[in-house]
Amino acid sequence: MHTRKRLVVAGHGMVGHRFVQAAIERGLTETHDIVVIGEEPRPAYDRVGLTSWFEVGSAELSLLPSGEYDDPRVRLILGTPVTAVDRDACTVTLAGGAVLDYDELVLATGAAPFVPPVPGTDLRNVFVYRTIEDLEAIAAAARTACSGAVIGGGLLGLEAANALRGLGLETHVVEMNPRLMSVQVDEAGGRVLGRHIEGLGITIHTDRATEAILGDGRCAGLRFRGVEEPLPVDLVVFSAGIRPRDGLARAAGLEVAERGGVLVDEQCRSSDPHVWAIGECAAPAGRMYGLVAPGYAMAEVVVDALLGGAGRFEGADMSTKLKLMGVDVASFGDAFGTTPDCLELVFNDAVAGVYKKLVISADGRRLLGGILVGDASAYGVLRPMVGAGIELPANPEELILPAASGNGPQLTLPADAQVCSCNNVTKGEIEAAVDAGCHSAAEVTEATRAGATCGSCKVQVKKIVEDHFAAQGRTVDRSLCEHFRLTRAELFDVVLVHGYRSFDEIVAAHGTGRGCDVCKPTVASILASQLSGHVLAEGRHTLQDTNDAYLGNLQKNGTYSVVPRIPGGEITPEGLIAIGEVAREFGLYTKITGGQRIDLLGARMEQLPAIWRRLVDAGFESGHAYGKSLRTVKSCVGSTWCRYGVQDSVGLAIELELRYRGLRSPHKLKGGVSGCARECAEARGKDFGIIATERGWNLYVGGNGGAVPAHARLLAGDLSTEELIRCLDRFLMYYIRTADRLQRTSAWLDAVEGGLDRVREIVVDDALGLGAELERAMARHIDSYVDEWRATVEDPEKLRRFVSFVNAPEVPDPNISFGVARGQIVPAVPDGPVLVSGAVIPVGGAR
Amino acid sequence: MTSAYTTVCALADIHVESGVAALVEGRAVAVFRTYAGDVFALSNYDPFSRASVLARGIVGTRTVEGRTVDVVASPMHKQAFDLRTGRCLDDPSVRVPTYDVVVADGMILVDARG
Repeated sequence: MHTRKRLVVAGHGMVGHRFVQAAIERGLTETHDIVVIGEEPRPAYDRVGLTSWFEVGSAELSLLPSGEYDDPRVRLILGTPVTAVDRDACTVTLAGGAVLDYDELVLATGAAPFVPPVPGTDLRNVFVYRTIEDLEAIAAAARTACSGAVIGGGLLGLEAANALRGLGLETHVVEMNPRLMSVQVDEAGGRVLGRHIEGLGITIHTDRATEAILGDGRCAGLRFRGVEEPLPVDLVVFSAGIRPRDGLARAAGLEVAERGGVLVDEQCRSSDPHVWAIGECAAPAGRMYGLVAPGYAMAEVVVDALLGGAGRFEGADMSTKLKLMGVDVASFGDAFGTTPDCLELVFNDAVAGVYKKLVISADGRRLLGGILVGDASAYGVLRPMVGAGIELPANPEELILPAASGNGPQLTLPADAQVCSCNNVTKGEIEAAVDAGCHSAAEVTEATRAGATCGSCKVQVKKIVEDHFAAQGRTVDRSLCEHFRLTRAELFDVVLVHGYRSFDEIVAAHGTGRGCDVCKPTVASILASQLSGHVLAEGRHTLQDTNDAYLGNLQKNGTYSVVPRIPGGEITPEGLIAIGEVAREFGLYTKITGGQRIDLLGARMEQLPAIWRRLVDAGFESGHAYGKSLRTVKSCVGSTWCRYGVQDSVGLAIELELRYRGLRSPHKLKGGVSGCARECAEARGKDFGIIATERGWNLYVGGNGGAVPAHARLLAGDLSTEELIRCLDRFLMYYIRTADRLQRTSAWLDAVEGGLDRVREIVVDDALGLGAELERAMARHIDSYVDEWRATVEDPEKLRRFVSFVNAPEVPDPNISFGVARGQIVPAVPDGPVLVSGAVIPVGGAR
Repeated sequence: MTSAYTTVCALADIHVESGVAALVEGRAVAVFRTYAGDVFALSNYDPFSRASVLARGIVGTRTVEGRTVDVVASPMHKQAFDLRTGRCLDDPSVRVPTYDVVVADGMILVDARG
């Protein structure tokens, strides 16, 4: 008889979460029930990205948004610290007194910020920078503060300083050492970094030891050792390093390392064989690791050990690459050149603010480490070279000289070179994922996790994937179809540059043959975006898919749907009645859509003009439900009615829907506006989603539902309505110009070189100077908008095509018939073509 | 046997590279006009979707073994049919009926006896 064992995990931070994920994936839950006890009020979140909380909020950072694991054998208890471990009884005691038995205990209690023992740390407005609660408190205090100081000029301290600056405070950084980021960069690198940061208006005080925090009840300033004049500041954030949280282990009599941390062996087992420690609370071989990647590795090792494996934690790569306040900083391998007889190769451009140093073995053949400040683009190539045993090229200086000096040496990494250090993915594993059927870097990231944590290796992953395609002779063929050897974006530019007005001109100049169902609607969409005329003008209906050709959505039996626009989902009783009367009169099936409007189904093609004449007369217009175009902008009721609402979401949704109606795009476009953070409009499931804040609007982009759902990501925050519209005009036009056919915004953002960050630079910061042109293009669209259906019902020429049979317009297509379900019509599918007399012709070969 | 032909419409009633549906002896027939000016008639019935819609498909060309073939793509699920033979290029086991067409004095006549 088997009895299930119980595994208790103390701590639900990033590493505790990774442990549980690995335990589920590797089948440990087949034999063990897992209880995870988290001290914080919410499930694990991305602490590495903590600073982005100020922009995106808690939900975006969560690593477990659903709040529970998808495995019933894992239980998660939150908001409850573990207060004691009894190793004799094999129990843990929780705050509140509950006692849990364990067979195996995993300590993942993390680390705590180190606060030096100086007077004044108990004053108000003295903070640390570790949890979301810390950040909430800092944000609240900043509302009534003018200045702030961060004590500690390390990586996290500079992040905190950037946050204070973002909160509008005059910001100071106080560092004991003579330079910033002393763990990662050397003196010259620190100087370059310091200049960048001072350029942002942050004051740096190096060589300063804080002696006391001054103030009466509340922080008012800092006093430094040996300096007479205190530094007046209204709040202070300590970021002077971290200490392992090993208190539970100490109290339970477990061995701890000299400098703190639960002493564990190579399998992360403590001095008690049933107690394990992982992450920042652990000290394998007496050393603690303050990065997430080694913690993840320890989590995997313990899962392996519990499954009877022999995996070992053998130290970790402490390489770092990050972007701090817009400045690239990277440090890897033997960055400080401690290897005997090693050589240094330095490139230092003080004018451009770029510093690069390579540490090279005495024989000049191997790379040992390096430091990059201001431009870390070479990191992806350089870091895997360390330890991979690759011979340096004859001219290693090419590796760090600016790209203008040539193409740079070509390096080939060996298959076992680690590319993603967060998730320990090698080049060979990335190539294997391509061989196993991944078609893009994004799919490889999904399959292998390479690039999924800090993202610093994403460019490298993409390059390996593309090189591997090329090596196999597979090219990523992005031509539109056999008629055009161009991508949609290239075709868009060609049309723009030459001012073409017809498919005939375009295919004659740039294509072959007479087109197909792929290139013709694409050209029609591009012409619609640039010419802004009626989609059926100048014979262009022959280019359109049937949906656009007949301004309705083709249904399975050859009938069309009718969807009048209901901007923002707001409609009067008269409007509802008018739609109801039309549906009743024409015998249409009615259903409420997901986009807050009403779908009328079962209209025969020849009925469409009469139906629309009635709708246009009642004040409705085309809803473009048939087009690759703006569909709807969904809204919640907003501040007008809702007691939680902070902005008028309905008003904005209507404004945006009317602004962008009729806009043709590479794929359908949906929007949403929520009046508060409760997000009832599900705006982040849309291509563009807007969520009200106390100070304006947050704009999210790249969301969608469908088969591959995507959550929209923040493009810009706290915008005024005017700023929002400007951003959105540019974003949508840039997407329309550069996306591939049928590529929704989410896939487009993943495909753009540089991703969302690059699009933000172009759209928000106007890095390419395209902003005004994009806005003008959108203004042209808005100025020239006409309701396609009104223009159609008023034009006898356009109406001529809306007949069942060219030679018998009075005879309805006998192939269309209906049954009844739940009181409404439904399509009935005949067995073969139906003659007007009623006979059915059997068709051979049809399936 | 001119009596077997039914006049369906004027050539000018069909835009270049498009189709119309016509009723010929009780059958729904799709009549297409290509860029080169050829006129073809097929059954309007798409055997894949079992709906009478082929006349509403996009007319273009596809290269098959080096030859350029005039095709219509079903508006439902985009299978391409050879306008000359009715053969489906995406599934050669499927063919739709084709009908004889003549253009005389600017008018299109179709023989739908099959």
